[in-house]
Amino acid sequence: MGKDNNEAGDDVNRVVENSALKVARESGEMQQQWSAKLVVLGERKDRAVFAELFSHFAPRLKSYVIRLGLPDAAAEEVVQEAMLSVWRKAHLYRPEKAAASTWIFTLARNLCIDRMRKDRYPMCELPEEEPDPSERHAGTDSLVADRISAALSRLPEAQAQVVYLSFYEGRSHSEISERLGVPLGSVKSRMRLAFDKLRELWGDEA
Amino acid sequence: MNIHHHLDDATLLSYAAGALPQGMALLVACHLSWCPGCREKMHQAEALGGALLDTVEETAMAEDALEQMMALLDQPDSKAPVVTELKRNPAAQDSAVPGPLEHYIDQPLDRLSWKMLAPGIRHYDLGIKGEGSCRLLRIAPGTAVMPHGHKGNELTLILRGSYSDEFGRFRAGDVADLDSEVNHQPIADSGEDCICLIATDAPLHFNSIVGRLVQPLIGL
Ligand SMILES: [Zn+2]
Repeated sequence: MGKDNNEAGDDVNRVVENSALKVARESGEMQQQWSAKLVVLGERKDRAVFAELFSHFAPRLKSYVIRLGLPDAAAEEVVQEAMLSVWRKAHLYRPEKAAASTWIFTLARNLCIDRMRKDRYPMCELPEEEPDPSERHAGTDSLVADRISAALSRLPEAQAQVVYLSFYEGRSHSEISERLGVPLGSVKSRMRLAFDKLRELWGDEA
Repeated sequence: MNIHHHLDDATLLSYAAGALPQGMALLVACHLSWCPGCREKMHQAEALGGALLDTVEETAMAEDALEQMMALLDQPDSKAPVVTELKRNPAAQDSAVPGPLEHYIDQPLDRLSWKMLAPGIRHYDLGIKGEGSCRLLRIAPGTAVMPHGHKGNELTLILRGSYSDEFGRFRAGDVADLDSEVNHQPIADSGEDCICLIATDAPLHFNSIVGRLVQPLIGL
């Protein structure tokens, strides 16, 4: 297994760390602001609030969808479809379960895959009214959301790479292994290490 | 359900990213529907997608995109399921069939048209397109599956009965998440058929000559 430690010097690390934390603190407030707007949208179908959410999220979703491999025109359609789901399903959004960006990410991810595979992405659907019994950490997600981007930017290069290739390009383990020229086992261990670090943010011991 | 064997973190992360082949994603969704612990991890992994969305660069939408969007808001939702149209799927009556699997079969497990694979082993192909394979395997009590290794990943979810191999005993709800480094030979070890869902992202490699002979025939 390859060495996954960050080999950059300590000084560099500290600079990166400080700026990442600053960004995270700012984005943390933004996060909560967007989650609050999404709640308002769910409560009273406010078109102005929707327009704000659209202006913020649509251009980001478009980048995401294009990275996954859809051409510009199709990407625009998927983004529109995703934002339409946001409008229609906002009343189902629970801020204690996920940050607004996470919720919107999952909507777009599913629509993208449905379109690219012409088959729906298999999801475990729990009845909507029923609270998910797995929500042990209910109430912490919006607090954690801001720290995740900081943690992401502090991941060693090798781990960040596999996370980006998975989430931004939808690459499977074997595709990543081929692309980076490392064994499948190393790809998986890098993913585990990255996930462990990020899970610590929930106060979970790995 | 008392689950002892769970999904690998690397598998969960790929599932949250939408990066698993369709068959493996189906198997993961099936395990998640039974396993609150893995479900919680999945939510944590999805938060990564949210964080990446927060940091991604923006790509400009078409100039009139917002205008078009606002015009769409009042249209009726054509995709909303009409309750009366939902016909009851007999597969849903079978408690060994997890929710996500109901979309791929229309009978309880015992009534599927199982095909003979080898003595004591039958299978049912779920006909999922794309990379890898995804099928149900039905192993008679005491039967050993041909020893095999993997080029890629192999996920197995037990739906009914149990089996044992080099890694322990697997019962309903348990998942075996194996990669290329392993070679194993599962044996159905209880009084009833062991039925499991198996998904791979690359063909299996059978060690025996018989295995290699039947492999092209059965398309594993
Ligand atoms: Zn589990």
